[in-house]
Amino acid sequence: MTSTLGSADANAAEVPEYPMSRAEGCPFDPPPQLRTMQREAPLRRVRLWDGSTPWLVTRYDEQRALLADSRISSDPTNPGYPAPAPVSDEHSEGSPVSFILMDDPEHARLRRMVTAPFTIKRVEAMRPFVQRIVDERIDEMLTADGPVDLVEAFALPVPSLVICQLLGVPYADHDFFQRNSKVIVHRDSTTEQRNAALGALAEYLDGLVGRKLTDPGEDLLSDLAARVESGELPRREASRMGVLLLIAGHETTANMIALGTLALLEHPRQLAELREAGDDSELVASTVEELLRYLHITHNGRRRVALEDVEIADEVIRAGEGVIVPNDIGNRDPDAFAEPDRLDIRRDARHHMAFGFGVHQCLGQPLARMELRVVYSTLYRRIPTLRLATDRENISFKHDGSVYGVYELPVTW
Amino acid sequence: MKVTVDQESCVASGQCVMTAADVFDQRDEDGIVELLEDQPTEDRAEDVRQAAALCPARAIRVEGQSGFVR
Ligand code: HEM
Ligand code: SF4
Repeated sequence: MTSTLGSADANAAEVPEYPMSRAEGCPFDPPPQLRTMQREAPLRRVRLWDGSTPWLVTRYDEQRALLADSRISSDPTNPGYPAPAPVSDEHSEGSPVSFILMDDPEHARLRRMVTAPFTIKRVEAMRPFVQRIVDERIDEMLTADGPVDLVEAFALPVPSLVICQLLGVPYADHDFFQRNSKVIVHRDSTTEQRNAALGALAEYLDGLVGRKLTDPGEDLLSDLAARVESGELPRREASRMGVLLLIAGHETTANMIALGTLALLEHPRQLAELREAGDDSELVASTVEELLRYLHITHNGRRRVALEDVEIADEVIRAGEGVIVPNDIGNRDPDAFAEPDRLDIRRDARHHMAFGFGVHQCLGQPLARMELRVVYSTLYRRIPTLRLATDRENISFKHDGSVYGVYELPVTW
Repeated sequence: MKVTVDQESCVASGQCVMTAADVFDQRDEDGIVELLEDQPTEDRAEDVRQAAALCPARAIRVEGQSGFVR
């Protein structure tokens, strides 16, 4: 990537480029350069695709402190925001993906409109439904003899069916929304491609909100439609919230299922222990937390910008300077997790940052946790001989996506 | 020990309920935290402190504890 700074800038050579590459043959570990930077200092500058040099924060404590700091903004329209790719014109009309790119109080106002279905109680009430979907998908997989792609046959359909049910989106449309979601989370999509996909999804969700206005059901989009009706929420914002929930609700969990399975297959002793564990045992719960920590699939780094000067770890982040918080390396900070590079499903990893931290911490986390508990406690027990149907070298990883994972996972039994 | 919660700051993450369901609850209408027990017994201290530490919005205060623990 070319730097926009002239060669006269003496510092140019010393400022590492971000994002960085993972090491060959270590698909589960963050880029080694992040580890080096973490050892050297809690934060330092990096260079982005556009030549800008925001701060990169690598240690656990400083990551948490900054993500919980209200002087640090998530709004990409603020000058200095470290965009992962060229920012689209759409942002001038507000965030195309709603409150994830907004600050309080507007963020809190909108987020609270969709929190009800994600309480621990409501999510637990969905467990039998999720268990049934998981069992049905496994039944169907088992009717095939040969190898199947676990991503297509299982990892993607399970969370898609769940979020469709919760939102009130017809699953029959899954080809359409999965295809567009893929374009949006693909790091190498052009701005035009990403805008087109966002536009298509927004239009689709807008149509659904329109239908729920006249024919409401027992689902989240109907709740939002009621708020549109009462004048509390503009219809366009309702559609954008729908887009956010639909994308966030299936891409992430799907990658945790597929990549988590690969990681467990490479740790057969731990997988055997997990298989022996009962449905709701503590081991299943701690496995979910540890895999979230260890795999940290949202590997793009949280993007923020300082609204005021912020003093941290003997540095001052100036107002208007970008801040990137790569929680993948925070989750491997030896001061927060002993032997951080070891997968250990028995450790207490609950304080990981796979769901972020601060007011934007994942809204869907109770749902994601419940889905993953059902999946990890069912899949390997029902298919105890599950194994890769190809060599590990043939598996390609989503280095280019904002959500990390595997493109395909051919398995057999 | 004495516990207080700040419903204004709460972002309904559910971390506290997951950690100590006998001390914390969530409102049905929006998932915001509610206290079931503001003076938990000592044997609940560890979980309550853990809940305060996990809270992403720093909305839980435990008396005799400033800032947060991990
Ligand atoms: C294992 C699966 C998941 C992972 C690893 C994950 C990760 C994350 C992360 C890291 C953030 C923070 C973004 C930031 O700070 O800028 C986030 C936010 C969010 N997630 Fe998730 N997520 C998962 C599943 C889900 C599910 C199932 C849903 C919905 C059904 C969901 C909905 C959201 C929403 C709406 C936000 C924005 C919250 C806000 O800005 O207040 N996520 N997620
Ligand atoms: S952990 Fe904090 S933010 Fe989450 S529900 Fe409890 S009080 Fe609210």
